[in-house]
Amino acid sequence: MPIVINSLEYQLPADPRVSLLDFIRDHTGLPGTKKGCDHGQCGACTVILDGVRINSCLTLAVMHDNCDVITIEGIGSAEQPSALQQAFVKHDGFQCGYCTPGQICSATAMLAEIAEGWPSDATQDIGTRPSLSDEEIRERMSGNLCRCGAYPNIVAAIREVADAGQ
Amino acid sequence: MKNFEYAGADTVERATMLCAENGTKAIAGGTNLIDLMKLQVETPARLVDLNSIDDRRIEEEEGGLRIGALASNTAVAVDQRIRSDYPVLAKAILAGATQQLRNKASVGGNLGQRTRCFYFTNIDQPCNKRDPGSGCGALTGVARIHAILGASRHCIATYPGDMAVAMAALDAQVELSGLANKSRMVAVRDFHRCPGYTPELDNILEPGELVVAVHLPAPVGGTQLYRKVRERSSYAFALCSVAAIVDVKRGKIARADLAFGSIAPKPWVDQRLTQLLVGEKPNMALFEKAADILVDGARGVGDNDYKIPLVRRTLIATLCEATEI
Ligand SMILES: Cc1cc2nc3c(=O)[nH]c(=O)nc-3n(C[C@H](O)[C@H](O)[C@H](O)COP(=O)(O)OP(=O)(O)OC[C@H]3O[C@@H](n4cnc5c(N)ncnc54)[C@H](O)[C@@H]3O)c2cc1C
Ligand code: FES
Ligand code: FES
Repeated sequence: MPIVINSLEYQLPADPRVSLLDFIRDHTGLPGTKKGCDHGQCGACTVILDGVRINSCLTLAVMHDNCDVITIEGIGSAEQPSALQQAFVKHDGFQCGYCTPGQICSATAMLAEIAEGWPSDATQDIGTRPSLSDEEIRERMSGNLCRCGAYPNIVAAIREVADAGQ
Repeated sequence: MKNFEYAGADTVERATMLCAENGTKAIAGGTNLIDLMKLQVETPARLVDLNSIDDRRIEEEEGGLRIGALASNTAVAVDQRIRSDYPVLAKAILAGATQQLRNKASVGGNLGQRTRCFYFTNIDQPCNKRDPGSGCGALTGVARIHAILGASRHCIATYPGDMAVAMAALDAQVELSGLANKSRMVAVRDFHRCPGYTPELDNILEPGELVVAVHLPAPVGGTQLYRKVRERSSYAFALCSVAAIVDVKRGKIARADLAFGSIAPKPWVDQRLTQLLVGEKPNMALFEKAADILVDGARGVGDNDYKIPLVRRTLIATLCEATEI
């Protein structure tokens, strides 16, 4: 069975060593997802797999028979950017832009997690629904590093979209 | 990455049969194993993917909760029953790794993650755990993250996980299944092992044996805390951590279940602390005494000496917070 990426089907690779990240970048013509560390430490490779964000570098493509993946290309386009993509532009949520696809995939999934009421390490009382303080945003986005240090603007961009959605 | 054969297994029986063969490893989330395979620290000839095994449920059972080995770390941490009845477990999981990693990581894989250090993950360095007999680079090298309790002169790596520390405090049980469907229960406290002369063995799993589930006891209430001390406030392994379940009734400590992370090759439990604390009125002198008992026999190799006062203070602070003194 194939893997579905941004609503298109692809055949899985024959070589089991191919990571999901390398598969996306090299076998499907979708170079938006980035490779930073290749060891789960930076978040540049974040994609949304069956509705949740993961690091595509730490998993094998062959393990994803019949799975559904959304990459940055599936989130929006230059013509039709998503609300988060627009907010990142408006708030200068990047400098070189290398971490940005991962940041936006991660933030997209994060807003859904908040809507589901998932707690984080920054949640004061994990028995209750979390609110989206800046501290919560920072904790929840801590898996996405930015070497350019655009963090304050990334938080501002996410904050704007989160507040608009409430 | 070295080449390997990839096989799926949709039943535990089939997976244990395949895993019992030489050079075969199980893979669940892959967040630890693939990392180590890229570094050629792990070079399995075959991987057995457990993800088709239908056991990721979290369900109530007599006297507690059963968590299937393939439940994701996230599924456990966001479960309302766990957040209300076993908050120490939800807190410990949320304090570990990142949301992306927790979404992929499984409960079985979290327990199975390697006890490790920088010498283990660098194949150019000596390491008795990776390459028995090659020596331990950490003994005379960089050892700021290493063990102060339970280590041997063959290995001083720590078990770095957070989830298992909370499970040890809760005295959860691990259900294992081996060849020919042979199953057994082992306390989380006894699942990981100290290195002794055989640091290559992190835990008590026999060839082919798999973690099938974790069983939590009936809810015990009390104040449940997980305090993790690390070099930055998020996305870092612990330098030391304390999982505490403490209950004070009529001014006296009625329960004090404690487990410690990242100070030993396994989640560290010292029953002497519980024996000392239970029945006493919470007070600073008592907590100091408990901390003395904990680090009695602790030893650093230089770089990690700081962990002795650090875990002492972390325990005292956690007990003060739990008992509100
Ligand atoms: C950047 C980074 C930061 C991290 N930070 C933290 C942290 O702060 N705290 C923390 O606790 N952890 C941390 N981790 C580790 C993470 O929690 C583990 O990688 C994860 O829990 C492993 O689960 P998995 O399902 O992906 O395991 P896998 O990688 O699939 O497997 C790990 C090991 O367990 C074995 N295994 C898997 N399933 C079973 C089973 N059912 N029975 C028997 N053996 C099995 C495998 O053969 C393998 O040896 C971090 C990891 C990374 C990459
Ligand atoms: S490339 Fe995957 S986390 Fe850095
Ligand atoms: S914008 Fe350059 S790394 Fe984030």
